[in-house]
Amino acid sequence: MHIPDGYLSPSTCAALYAGSTPFWYVSLQKMNRRLNTQAVPLLSVFAAFSFVIMMFNLPLPGGTTGHAVGVGIASIVLGPWGSILAISVALVIQAIFFGDGGITAIGANCFNMAIVGSLVAYAVYRVIAGRAAIESPRRVVAAAIAGYCAINASAFFAAIEFGIQPMLFHDASGTPLYAPYPLHIAVPAMMIGHLTIAGLAETIVSGGVVAYLQRAEPVLLKTTAPGASMNGDPVGWTGLRPLWIALAVLLILTPLGILAAGAAWGEWVPEDFSTPQARQQIAAASGNQAPPVHVPAGLQKLASVWTAPMPRYAPPILKSAQLGYILSAMVGTGLIVLAFLGGAWIFGRFRS
Amino acid sequence: MRKPRTFIERTIGSLSDGLNFAALADDSARSGGMLQRVDPRVKVAGMLAMIVSVAVTHSLIAIAGMLLIAVFFAVVSQISLLDLARWVWMPVLFFTGCIALPAIFITPGARVYGPITAQGLRTASYLLLRAETAVSLSALLVLSTRWAHILKALRVLRLPVVFVVILGMTYRYLFLILETALDMFESRESRTVGVLEGTDRRRLATATVGVLLSKSYHLSADVHLAMQSRGFRGEVYMLDDFTMRGIDWCWLFLFSAVAMTVVWVGR
Repeated sequence: MHIPDGYLSPSTCAALYAGSTPFWYVSLQKMNRRLNTQAVPLLSVFAAFSFVIMMFNLPLPGGTTGHAVGVGIASIVLGPWGSILAISVALVIQAIFFGDGGITAIGANCFNMAIVGSLVAYAVYRVIAGRAAIESPRRVVAAAIAGYCAINASAFFAAIEFGIQPMLFHDASGTPLYAPYPLHIAVPAMMIGHLTIAGLAETIVSGGVVAYLQRAEPVLLKTTAPGASMNGDPVGWTGLRPLWIALAVLLILTPLGILAAGAAWGEWVPEDFSTPQARQQIAAASGNQAPPVHVPAGLQKLASVWTAPMPRYAPPILKSAQLGYILSAMVGTGLIVLAFLGGAWIFGRFRS
Repeated sequence: MRKPRTFIERTIGSLSDGLNFAALADDSARSGGMLQRVDPRVKVAGMLAMIVSVAVTHSLIAIAGMLLIAVFFAVVSQISLLDLARWVWMPVLFFTGCIALPAIFITPGARVYGPITAQGLRTASYLLLRAETAVSLSALLVLSTRWAHILKALRVLRLPVVFVVILGMTYRYLFLILETALDMFESRESRTVGVLEGTDRRRLATATVGVLLSKSYHLSADVHLAMQSRGFRGEVYMLDDFTMRGIDWCWLFLFSAVAMTVVWVGR
């Protein structure tokens, strides 16, 4: 994946340097804004970590070994912008100091692995992980797929860059001046190795390290998991935002019950037995069986035990039935929430 | 029959190679060869110009000439050709050779021998020679200049100072993390009896990466506190204490002339 010097034309290299520069600039700005003085040491140490990870020989199924870039795990722990910078710095040191990847191709390598890789890994991880809890196995699967997709997206971009070289840069005799293979060879040649060995290595590192961090250091997974809960960590109000929104929609929709014709079976009050219209509704709801002429004695007796402040969801202060329903729903849900908060507070004090 | 190396042994080998090359580069950069005495800014600019010229030129002879010049610079700078062969030429020959070889046969063009085409031979030569020459020139820079000086010299390329500082700190902590990883693998290797199953090997590898990640995170927090206690408030400064001498201007002229000649020959 590390493109050496001589594989890409100078104009391709220049274009990819130019394409990478805005990402580097934005990443640096965002990291400085987010971390302030912490950005420099964090990025430096993580770049060194990424560098070392690239030297690991990872055991793969089938007995072979492969190298990972570590872009998946860097994106998950640092976020996409931090990952872009950390992987870029690691690639620059690899190119200048160890000759792994060309100096003229630093822009291309950073674009493919650091930029495309980080953004793809982050997007895939966030989409699949959703708001799953930090310790959720879903996060391990999301990380594994994110690493796999990231490394293959990077390889695909590198393959495209290789594949367009013979088309654009050749001499009068048709000799390719740089990478010699056209797209129909370069793309499958690159992708076969990355869809299998390199992809597998990245999958194992991303998924395996997230599984390890879930057990050992879950706080490192919090950066890219906003709203996700951790064991022993209360969910918090913001984490429940979708539920609050759903509850608000339901409150607004409560007057829908008014549209239903007739009376709810069994929800009668003593007055209903003396009102002709209500008696007709009771009969219609009871298979045309006429209700008793007199109010049942038990009903009459118990109905007077408690008088609700908002009888039939219609507070006496309101004329509109719709508003009455909504207000009743708000009061009801508010009381339930308060009851649970009170219970949680008492339980919390009791436990501590 | 020799037992195949385990992934732990291979990783130990990779990590040790990295440390060995760094030690070699540091020793070589401190020796009193010809290139070692040149101003680092001139070397960075000059080597970069020559690498770009190798990428731009369309002449195989010019690229081969540049490779010979690189060999000459290595000899006069007391850089061992054996070391260059071991660390630079052989790995590139193996990697790029594998990629370039099929091109000899499948590149369309005039057949010279069996399925081999003239265009195939030329394109494979371009690829191999460019890769070998460019990596030789970048190796010359690293083997004749201390890393701290290379970083300072990168400022001539107008790299943001914060980026240069991050590069420098990365390089410093890279060796700490390399050694930590090496220690972890060696201790594990010394405690391992028998052969680990595939699943156990993968679990071990990912747990090692996880531990290293965790250690790196805590290290960065410690470094941050240390920097803050020394007055770091987010602004970074760098002392540019290089001075250009007459001989350095001559070297700059020489590097530029060589680069321009290579481009001109292969225009």
